Amino acid sequence: MSIGIEHFLTVGALLFCLGLLVALSKRNAIGVLMGVEMMLNAVNLTLITFSRFSTSERPITGQVFVVFVITVAAAEAAVALALAVSVYRNRDTVDVDRINLLKS
Amino acid sequence: MNGAGPSIAFWVLAAVTLIAGGGVMLSRSLFHAVLLLILTFIGIAGFFVLLSAEFIAMAQIIIYVGAISVLVLFAILLTPRAGRYNGETKMLLPALLLSVCLAAVFLFVIRDAAWPRVNSEPHFNTNQLGEALLSTWVLPFEIASVLLTAALVGAIMLARTPQEEAEDALA
Repeated sequence: MSIGIEHFLTVGALLFCLGLLVALSKRNAIGVLMGVEMMLNAVNLTLITFSRFSTSERPITGQVFVVFVITVAAAEAAVALALAVSVYRNRDTVDVDRINLLKS
Repeated sequence: MNGAGPSIAFWVLAAVTLIAGGGVMLSRSLFHAVLLLILTFIGIAGFFVLLSAEFIAMAQIIIYVGAISVLVLFAILLTPRAGRYNGETKMLLPALLLSVCLAAVFLFVIRDAAWPRVNSEPHFNTNQLGEALLSTWVLPFEIASVLLTAALVGAIMLARTPQEEAEDALA
């Protein structure tokens, strides 16, 4: 059985939904961040798949876009983890359901 | 992609990636979740090799497996009194519902759409990627470097302690 574009897209879609589940349901802020990283990876896989199976004249553009996505993901991870450390210093916790100062 | 080699590679990589991804959700220890996340990243890098994007695969190994996982591990180590428990909030059920619905929509679209059939082997190489990055996409490339610098300076500002800030104010 030959492997086509659908197979790769299916893996990307399933990984994205798993990442969404992790990001929405985890209690620890670092766990939430891991879900976001999984979603970004799934999107990268989808972009590379479209670039590989594209009929365009310059399919390398898909890989260029993935380079930018990886850059932004690295910046996001650094800032988010610094935020987690900063919140921990003030509140002694990184559980998102206990960071509720703005809740009346 | 025909032949036994790519098929076996695809199914093995898909199994590793998705099982490790499920493990991130199911594991109860934050450390185990990070280790499984690293396995997911390695599986994705394998997919990139399979899709003939070698440079992206190496970048994935260096940036995700090398840098971002170490950053996540450091963040866990720097929050020692916070819980190591990787549990869920009470939003688990709505999140599960949303994820399953989204997965159903995605799978329906993927099954139903008329994807183009490409039979020729691609001729990507890293030269083309470098030329594209430094000719057509040179402005986004430079903006990305500025963004990365700003984010790193911001991360250092956010993560330092109040004592350090007071010392800097005196100096």
